[in-house]
Amino acid sequence: MSVLEVKGIKKSFGKVEVLKGIDFCLEKGEVLSIIGSSGSGKTTLLRCLNFLETADEGIISVNGKTIFDSSLHKQLSDNEIRENRLHFGLVFQSFNLFPQYTVLGNITLAPSLLKRGTPEEIEAEAKALIERVGLTDKLESYPCQLSGGQQQRVAIARALAMKPDILCFDEPTSALDPELTGEVLRVIKDLKSGDSTMIVVTHEMEFARNVSDKVIFMADGVIEEFGTPEEVFLNPKSQKTRSFLNKDIETNG
Amino acid sequence: MTFLEVTSFLANGFIISLIIFAVTLICGIPLGLPIAFCSMSKFAPLRAVAKTFVWIVRGIPLMLQIFIFYYVPGLLFGNPVFTHIDRYIIENFTIPNDGGVLQLLLINAGGLCAVLIAFSVNYACYFSEIYRGGIESISRGQYEAGYVLGLTKSQVFRKIVLKQVIKRIVPPMSNEIITLIKDTALANCIMIPEIIKQAKELAATKAMVWPLFYTGVFYLLFVGLLTILLGKLEKKLSYFN
Repeated sequence: MSVLEVKGIKKSFGKVEVLKGIDFCLEKGEVLSIIGSSGSGKTTLLRCLNFLETADEGIISVNGKTIFDSSLHKQLSDNEIRENRLHFGLVFQSFNLFPQYTVLGNITLAPSLLKRGTPEEIEAEAKALIERVGLTDKLESYPCQLSGGQQQRVAIARALAMKPDILCFDEPTSALDPELTGEVLRVIKDLKSGDSTMIVVTHEMEFARNVSDKVIFMADGVIEEFGTPEEVFLNPKSQKTRSFLNKDIETNG
Repeated sequence: MTFLEVTSFLANGFIISLIIFAVTLICGIPLGLPIAFCSMSKFAPLRAVAKTFVWIVRGIPLMLQIFIFYYVPGLLFGNPVFTHIDRYIIENFTIPNDGGVLQLLLINAGGLCAVLIAFSVNYACYFSEIYRGGIESISRGQYEAGYVLGLTKSQVFRKIVLKQVIKRIVPPMSNEIITLIKDTALANCIMIPEIIKQAKELAATKAMVWPLFYTGVFYLLFVGLLTILLGKLEKKLSYFN
């Protein structure tokens, strides 16, 4: 059974149709990379999965349970949306750490507010996560005292603290200096060995190619190409994929 | 009258000024919140009402608003409620005649009530605009980061947004608070014995003009104290940005 099943997701903003029917499945423990040029709808897709946007049409199922079905024409209540969101974690391009909390505070805030254990358990788990992203010495630092790469690693730990079924990354390294992207990508790579299911929207072709189990290339709101990294990168069927990959090779070597 | 006697006479008036100051803050700071939320409401009619209200209150001189609150209940509704308060106090309490603070408070209690209401409403409107600016300056990303962690709207506001808003509104609020202590002088337009009114009293009855200028020292000292305290608050919140 797939951990995530997405069928016919459509989304328009005014007259602009950003997603024109997206279908894909994701198995447990898989890493899915979504690549494509700006404006192809990658971020909107992630936002629909996280219920930051509501898809106009389509079905989203997690672990075989349908959590969103536009054909029911039912307005989800705030509580249902919150329940649904807990299946997903989201790491933002711009980190969005809470500036008034320390690293530890950022990670324990949601588990404590949602009573996910005793304060001692929550703190111990948070410390383990901080160790996993390699920031044990920054436990009591505030976000403004950290580099971009460190902030993004805290954001990853914060998302993991809620134990989502699927962790989503929205261009996690796009706001970082080139020399800082490595440390973030390494953390994501490590998570893969830890059996996390992940969806990564990225411009890092090298990463998509080496780390993912499946790759989606999106163009103009549709999935233009879907397959294993070998299929998409070495043997693309679509002309659009080929020209996109060629452009990337031209600019990035 | 000796210098010390003048000082004590003015100080009693300044206590009335401080009472107006304190009550306006105690009422105006919380009252500004619902006004701010209404002016940000998604429900257009509510937003229009709030914006019109703020426009009127900010558009009319505070002195005129004091007159309105003081006279309109009697003139328009035939119920001079503040005169009733005065009469009630005269009938039920013995007002001391020693020039002390209690006398100053009770001598025109009805008028003082009108002043307190006018000041609270007026400052609440100014505060509401500061709150609105502060709330709207927080990036969407902060809300979204809270939502995707499964927090409720109210948890996101109270635990994530609020402190960042407070940090951002401290400097503009400090400005308003410093303006407020000086605005209390407007209360003398309906004979509230605040410090300027006390000084004018000395000019009229004792032909002493210098106490009028001496009142500036009281304001200056208090504003100095406020500046230090508000600066400390700002510094306390400087650990994050």
